[in-house]
Amino acid sequence: MNASVVPHISVQREDFDIAREIAALTAGRTDIGAVVTFSGLCRDEGTMLAALELEHYPGMAEAEIGQIAAEALQRWPLSGLRVIHRHGKILPGENIVLVATASAHRQAAFEAASFLMDFLKTSAPFWKKEHRRDGGKGGWIEAKISDDEAKTRWTR
Amino acid sequence: MTTKLVYFAWVRERIGKPEEEIELPADVRTVGELLRHLKTRGEEYEAALEYSDVIRVAIDQEHVDHGEIIAGAREIALFPPMTGG
Repeated sequence: MNASVVPHISVQREDFDIAREIAALTAGRTDIGAVVTFSGLCRDEGTMLAALELEHYPGMAEAEIGQIAAEALQRWPLSGLRVIHRHGKILPGENIVLVATASAHRQAAFEAASFLMDFLKTSAPFWKKEHRRDGGKGGWIEAKISDDEAKTRWTR
Repeated sequence: MTTKLVYFAWVRERIGKPEEEIELPADVRTVGELLRHLKTRGEEYEAALEYSDVIRVAIDQEHVDHGEIIAGAREIALFPPMTGG
């Protein structure tokens, strides 16, 4: 239990700085032995993609990430937790999402970061739309069955 | 009863508006019944909700199943499976 840990959650249009996010987790702390960061980036799908447009459900997006974060804090002894998810137009090479976890030991930090990403992908209300470089009809990205399956490995 | 409906991603595009307030008949009690009722409102709704099994629903910003009772809902959101992360 980590009753004292308040997760930092942000749904924002702006980019983020990973080094600054790590510093925010570790500043003034001497008990943290492990920080894991996962960042998800926009890839160009073999140069086909011009941009992704991320739509979200304001309010519910933050609340849903908050619930997933609270579950992670219940399950692993974390010292800190930061989740940032961007929305709006995102170009290939740019950041989309960041999960950063801190703990005394690496296993909790690794597992919690992986858990957070698996649940973010299938439960947080965000939708990606593709814009193609050739001006062709892009479209909404379809949810993957593999993402649903990834989530089930955490059920106990 | 007037209920606020909000739509996202291709559900929003096909219906052609991001949100609306509608009057629901008294016999529309569950999420599933709401989806069936909406499909009778026109071809844009028919197109958006054709495969209603895949439509995800949130009541007052919480995920719910299609069997959920909608009484008392302030805001009901309809959207495709999520693709964030």
